[in-house]
Amino acid sequence: MTRQVLIIEDEPNIVEAISFILSRDGWAVATHADGKTAVDAVLNAVPDVLVLDVMLPGRSGYDILQELRGHDLTRRLPVLMLTARGQRTDREQAARLGVNCFMTKPFSNADVIRSLNELVPG
Amino acid sequence: MRPHVVALVYSKEAAMPQSRLAGSRIRERRLFLGYKQSALAKAVGISAAYLNLIEHNRRRAGAQLVRDLARELKTDPRALTEGAEVALLGALREAGQRMPDLAPETHRSEDLAGRFPGWASLVAAQHQRIRDLEQLVEALSDRLTHDPELAASLHEVISAVTAIRSTVGILTGGGEIDADWQQRFMRNMRDEGLRLSGAAQGLVGYLDAGADQDMAPVVPGEELAAFLDRCDHHLDKLEGLDGAARDDISARIETLVAQVASVQTEAAKDVARRHFQQYAEDACAMPQGAFQAARRDLSGDPGRLAARFGQPLPSVMRRLAFLPAGRDVPAVGLVSCDGSGALILRKSVPGFAVPRFGAACPYWPLYQSLSRPGHPIRAVVEMPGTTPRRFLCQAVCLPREPLRFDKPPVFEAVMLIEPFDDAQVTTTTDGPILAVGSSCRVCPRTECAARREASLLAADPG
Repeated sequence: MTRQVLIIEDEPNIVEAISFILSRDGWAVATHADGKTAVDAVLNAVPDVLVLDVMLPGRSGYDILQELRGHDLTRRLPVLMLTARGQRTDREQAARLGVNCFMTKPFSNADVIRSLNELVPG
Repeated sequence: MRPHVVALVYSKEAAMPQSRLAGSRIRERRLFLGYKQSALAKAVGISAAYLNLIEHNRRRAGAQLVRDLARELKTDPRALTEGAEVALLGALREAGQRMPDLAPETHRSEDLAGRFPGWASLVAAQHQRIRDLEQLVEALSDRLTHDPELAASLHEVISAVTAIRSTVGILTGGGEIDADWQQRFMRNMRDEGLRLSGAAQGLVGYLDAGADQDMAPVVPGEELAAFLDRCDHHLDKLEGLDGAARDDISARIETLVAQVASVQTEAAKDVARRHFQQYAEDACAMPQGAFQAARRDLSGDPGRLAARFGQPLPSVMRRLAFLPAGRDVPAVGLVSCDGSGALILRKSVPGFAVPRFGAACPYWPLYQSLSRPGHPIRAVVEMPGTTPRRFLCQAVCLPREPLRFDKPPVFEAVMLIEPFDDAQVTTTTDGPILAVGSSCRVCPRTECAARREASLLAADPG
């Protein structure tokens, strides 16, 4: 069965590149760019794994994840978090919210694919 | 908390420092006069061998012997026992304390300075350079953390680099890519390359402006702060106006506003105008000459100066901080904040870094005074560092405007910051010395109840 990934990221060229490599790896990819409506987008079609950027227009990735952790459907949803900031405080905040994998930009395509395959084995 | 009672008593040692480096000075003076060592020794009644030991800083000359030597060398005894080496020795001791694990022989600093003055000066200069660089790192870190313009620029760069890296990985990583996708990725690369180039240029220009610490202002208050930092907050053009007509003072202020190159925007000019007006009022009420004389008479005590001039404490504190430092007048820092805690005025002194952006340490007496309006607070605080430094802080919070029934009062707190030298000053306090910092971001005190965010100095980058 095809694994579903939702990418919440507002940089179109990053989204396009990640979408391409994941599609080629066999994932069904959906994307969303707006922070304010991100929670609805996830709850409308809960994916197998979420790729979530921290700095989004309208709402931060941390806020979005905190709300998602309050819903039964997404309480245990595997999350790969992408951020330009990789300091200890950021990692600690991500860990508190139950982020499964924390990746700082710029990342390699291979790392993204490997991490998602570990979170949702095919 | 009750205020500290601080008695300033200059120690005998500080007033008449004794240094074994006196030997080097004796030798220099003797050679200058062409006096033979044996002849000088005989003249003062000691052996040439003993004088040789003194001259090489291996023995300390007693007070009477120094007087005899000074008489023979036709100079003042103090010229043989005091000098620039006091500062040098202080710097060497501080440098030694920087890395105690290496167990430097700090008790032999005088030997080092006497026998190898060049090397000693080099160590002291490098210690000072390290300290300057540490302060610069703190300022830059402060800026990196809180400056929205810089954060946005960096985010732009990282986003572009991420897109390019990922796209390049696809194009060069093997695997079939049809022509349409190839074209799309090439177009994306071109767009991101242009974006990166623009962001990098902006970033370089921005950082260039801050290369010499004269950082580009980003808010109106900063434009004024850049100017005030350059003139050390002393506005010579607004001095000597006591007795001048109000119109003349206003004209002088407008001229100054127009002359300040860093104050360009209308918002910045308004901020500058208010500051200059306040400065002129303080200067008229406490003319420079009379104030400096009273400052010496009253040992710089703000409370007694306020009583002498009939002026509120904040005005006196500003005057103490903004008049130029000199031989008898130490450099004094000052900060002020409004009721929200936002810093309005910042004048640092070495060792007491005032954050350029964001909030400062809530343990500063400045913030304690906000909860006790009208009650002056005096406390000795200690700033962290390789060599912790102490400062006497005196703060007071008063309403900025006359009190009214129809509006809540607007408070402003002011804090004077004076270096507090344990070596020269004896203190009597009835409270603990407050452990404070600059801002959480650059403060290494990990066990602090007031901590808002992790310290960069203690951060684990991994």
